[in-house]
Amino acid sequence: MDLKIKLAGITFENPIWVASGTFGTKGQEFEDFIDFAQVGAIVTKTVTLLPREGNPPPRVVETRSGLLNSIGLPNKGINSFVSKELPELKKMPTKIIVSIAGTSLKDIEKMIKKIPENIMPDAIELNLSCPNVTHGKTKYKLTAQDPQATEKMVKIAVGTAKCPIIAKLTPNVTDITEIAKAAKKAGAQAVSLVNTYAGIAIDVEEMKPVLGNVVGGLSGPAIKPLALKAVRDVYNSVDIPIVGIGGIVGGVDVAEFMLCGAGAVQVGTANLIDPDAHKRISKEFEKYLILKGIKKASGLTGKLKGGRTA
Amino acid sequence: MKKKIVNAKIVSNKRIAEDHYEMDLKTAALAKNSLPGQFVNVKLDEKATDPLLRIPLGIHKIKKEGISLLYKVVGEGTDLLRNKKKGDQISLLGPLGKGFDIKKENEAFVIAGGHGIAPLYALTKELKKNKIDTIFFIGAGKEKHIFCADKIRKMGAKVYIATEDGSLGFKGYVTDVLEKYLERNKLQVPRVTIYACGPKPMLKAVAQIAETKKIEGQVSMDEYMACGIGACMGCAIKTKDGYKLCCKDGPVFDIKEIVW
Ligand SMILES: Cc1cc2nc3c(=O)[nH]c(=O)nc-3n(C[C@H](O)[C@H](O)[C@H](O)COP(=O)(O)OP(=O)(O)OC[C@H]3O[C@@H](n4cnc5c(N)ncnc54)[C@H](O)[C@@H]3O)c2cc1C
Ligand SMILES: Cc1cc2nc3c(=O)[nH]c(=O)nc-3n(C[C@H](O)[C@H](O)[C@H](O)COP(=O)(O)O)c2cc1C
Ligand code: FES
Repeated sequence: MDLKIKLAGITFENPIWVASGTFGTKGQEFEDFIDFAQVGAIVTKTVTLLPREGNPPPRVVETRSGLLNSIGLPNKGINSFVSKELPELKKMPTKIIVSIAGTSLKDIEKMIKKIPENIMPDAIELNLSCPNVTHGKTKYKLTAQDPQATEKMVKIAVGTAKCPIIAKLTPNVTDITEIAKAAKKAGAQAVSLVNTYAGIAIDVEEMKPVLGNVVGGLSGPAIKPLALKAVRDVYNSVDIPIVGIGGIVGGVDVAEFMLCGAGAVQVGTANLIDPDAHKRISKEFEKYLILKGIKKASGLTGKLKGGRTA
Repeated sequence: MKKKIVNAKIVSNKRIAEDHYEMDLKTAALAKNSLPGQFVNVKLDEKATDPLLRIPLGIHKIKKEGISLLYKVVGEGTDLLRNKKKGDQISLLGPLGKGFDIKKENEAFVIAGGHGIAPLYALTKELKKNKIDTIFFIGAGKEKHIFCADKIRKMGAKVYIATEDGSLGFKGYVTDVLEKYLERNKLQVPRVTIYACGPKPMLKAVAQIAETKKIEGQVSMDEYMACGIGACMGCAIKTKDGYKLCCKDGPVFDIKEIVW
């Protein structure tokens, strides 16, 4: 079975990656459970220019087949990340994709310039879409809700970085293909679809929102059909590699995203339920390929029969 | 200490009081590594996505052949747990978090509110193993929610009980009893360590008493969790050094550390 895939000019041993914010900072919480060499890539927790302490608790609550979170990007800032975490991450036997977010073009440029060349990650995922932080200089809440802002930010990143840029988009838009087009125009080598869907959970007893931040981002199986549609829409109308994300908990879910057009996928919430989820999902995905007589995982991308909608 | 996912067999799952259950699980591997104050993340259904997350439960008893959990039915997850049968397998992730740090030279004041008693039973057993004098204060809403008192007495601890409606023991909060005890016994900056677990308002009251009387202590905190292993940063607790993670830095914290 050949699980290798090529995306954004990089060869990955496995199309199944782990998503930002759901795999710790360095993945060390998972070492008792997973062989990192089997993981396609680790997308690290989003870092920002300056340290952030994150949102007030409660930060997580379960909803029907979903997880609503308002973590708020707590992190120690890019300086600490490149001096402490990144060197260790680079020693891991898998591809490392560093997720960054900023509220201005200057932030993004500064952050990327701080990454030393000798520990350059395999790619950078530009998080344009965290629902738990407000971005500056755009009339929308998130950069990835504004095609112009998206284009500018991706352009700066592409111009500064010495590695491929993957733009992570929000599904909270009228037409995600417009944003994907802007990212492509600016030179993004791929798009990650999707970040969480903004939502609210209510405590009826206390008659107040559960989360300290009121609003959170919804992930998990509840969002899978929505995320599949986002992937399908972009696949049908923009010529750019897609990393599919949203509600993957089994091998069949991986196949669904790839059929819709994803070249690779990321597993998020499932890691938080079972720290060995990646191992099981990979096995189940291989089983599916064998059952269907497919020899190369990459052969699955976009093979959905019929139904061109967009 | 290595964390594990184990499939444990349910030896028994019994109602011990109104709304409260005790589940006995066979898992020597997990029991061997568990310390009082640590918890496990329990998976309610191997296939279903609703409920989705595991639920955190304190380790109530640590025995050679397994552990037991004591839980209150408060929602869908714990209701499903209640319906598990003897012989069923259940997936546990653990042991998780940092347990109590037993102060061997000090007398122990153990303070339990409601089902907060769960991890304090294992603690008391360990205290007694170390021949530490232990006074156990139990508080609950009503008599029907007081359990474990006899078992704890049998271990050799002195037990004081408070119920809010006065149906058993003192009428009032467990912290009222604690204050009365301290007044009556005029402890002169005694060599005492408080170990407490219960609802947040109770823990806050305990922390205030500990501060005025200059008693050191440890509290086991409860916060909404997702992963239980420190990977999602979902279980933030406000401390004097900024946010810490309940599942990884806790659930047991120094009583002076918490910002209430
Ligand atoms: C480290 C730790 C150890 C715990 N140990 C025990 C134990 O030994 N015995 C025991 O009975 N319970 C314990 N709990 C609490 C237990 O995890 C929750 O009661 C349980 O997850 C509720 O699940 P549910 O699906 O039945 O309730 P849900 O339907 O999810 O919720 C029912 C109600 O409880 C509230 N709630 C749910 N989870 C939490 C939480 N973590 N903190 C505060 N409020 C919450 C909800 O908002 C809702 O009002 C512990 C929690 C933690 C974090
Ligand atoms: C607890 C939590 C934290 C997250 N943190 C980040 C983050 O820092 N950066 C980011 O780009 N996405 C973050 N996400 C979004 C995930 O990477 C992913 O896009 C989303 O959860 C959907 O996938 P899933 O359904 O498999 O979880 C987070 C998600 C969760 C549940
Ligand atoms: S529950 Fe995920 S970090 Fe504590």
